[in-house]
Amino acid sequence: MSKRVVVTGMGIYSCLGTSIDQVRDSLYKGESGIIFDPIRKAYGYRSALTGMVARPDLKPLLSRRQRMGMHEPAEYAYMSTHQALLQAGLDVDFLETTETGIIFGNDSTAASVVEASDKVREKKDTTLIGSGAIFQNMNSTVNMNLSTILKLRGINFTLSAACASGSHAIGMGYLMISQGLQDRVICGGAQEINQEAMSSFDGLGTFSVRESDPGKASRPFDRDRDGLIPSGGAATVILESYDEAIRRGAPILAEVVGYGFSSNGEHISNPNIEGQVRAMRMAMRANAIRTDQIDYINAHATSTAVGDSSEARAIYELFGGNVPVSSTKSMTGHECWMAGASEIVYSILMMQNDFIAPNINFENPDEDSARINIIGQTVQRKFDCFLSNSFGFGGTNSALILRKPGE
Amino acid sequence: MYVNDEKIAFEEIIEGVREFLAEEFEIDPSDILPENSLKETLDLDSLDYVDLVVLIEEHLNIKLTGEDFKGIVTFSDFYSLVRQKLGR
Repeated sequence: MSKRVVVTGMGIYSCLGTSIDQVRDSLYKGESGIIFDPIRKAYGYRSALTGMVARPDLKPLLSRRQRMGMHEPAEYAYMSTHQALLQAGLDVDFLETTETGIIFGNDSTAASVVEASDKVREKKDTTLIGSGAIFQNMNSTVNMNLSTILKLRGINFTLSAACASGSHAIGMGYLMISQGLQDRVICGGAQEINQEAMSSFDGLGTFSVRESDPGKASRPFDRDRDGLIPSGGAATVILESYDEAIRRGAPILAEVVGYGFSSNGEHISNPNIEGQVRAMRMAMRANAIRTDQIDYINAHATSTAVGDSSEARAIYELFGGNVPVSSTKSMTGHECWMAGASEIVYSILMMQNDFIAPNINFENPDEDSARINIIGQTVQRKFDCFLSNSFGFGGTNSALILRKPGE
Repeated sequence: MYVNDEKIAFEEIIEGVREFLAEEFEIDPSDILPENSLKETLDLDSLDYVDLVVLIEEHLNIKLTGEDFKGIVTFSDFYSLVRQKLGR
């Protein structure tokens, strides 16, 4: 028999804010976190737009040795995880004497690799790179740093699945707990923000060039969109079995009730409606969730014509045109490896605070977005259950369903 | 590099070494005394020796290897190693 899985803590470090309260307010107000980054322009970017969050100063929080192996992904993830553990009432003393796992989504460490390579090119001697680089350079950097700092003793791996990494990480943690293999797993997603990480993506010509008006540039589902905007930071959720959460007296923020996945098996960058529908259907199947029970859909929609249209069609095919839909990427930009996790945090915040955050900049629908119910302005509304989509390069699809905690 | 200036006393160079070691390893410079253990005072593990090599190269422009640290126990031993490598 599968176990119930609940969220007992969450943390966020994003361009909408570096605390739960800040992010809740930004979502409610429909504030954009997008800026023009002159460094990117000088570097050779076609578009210098990005979501931005400052690198945290970890010196007061961690020892030198603990910090040495950390670059942006691990630093951001430490910040969001620190918040989540506090909310869940967990500390290192507890973690090192129990079995807690970590499954984090991350799919690049570009800046740290470039920095290490530059040093070797300059010095012609690998022994002068320093000890931290290897632990910054590997894709599992978040896992290896956080599991060591937090003294974790359970499952420990990184999940790389392009822009669905964070979502699959939560899905995988959910499966681990529901199958009884773990009581508790720290899940999330991290995304570095720097010119090294996103230059090859910019080179595809898929980023918005509305540089004169950064806050208006990310416009998922809008007819006049001209591309996505990269972003980053980190988001964490603490997943626990319902029984364990009750035993600990932990706050129960939401319950994970569905995880669906699929692979398109087609083009490396183009989406596929059938694959998206299969993932959403699978997420609803395990707990026999009906389409009319989904009160809100947090769309993957990134502000590209092809991506937004295919998702609008997939949502319409499965749910019809009534369920409220918004893409918080209209405010955050595309948080890539982190997005699947951050959008769970954003959606839980909405569910807890009785509102649906707007899909800002949605001014004119196109043929496909006109058929679904896109929320362009903040709506004050209690809701009980949401679905969050994440789709990535390589045709990887993930859908998660969470609902308000019940008895 | 200032260390190549023969007019600079070796003691001055060692004072500089104490400063950058204290800053990098985040300890009080007054704990760096000639008779104290290098490893224990700086709390060095095997990875930290890699960073020590980098630091010495950056600040003193001399290249040490892991082999060079064999037999180095105190800061005094370490300063002797630096002196030898600098040809002082």
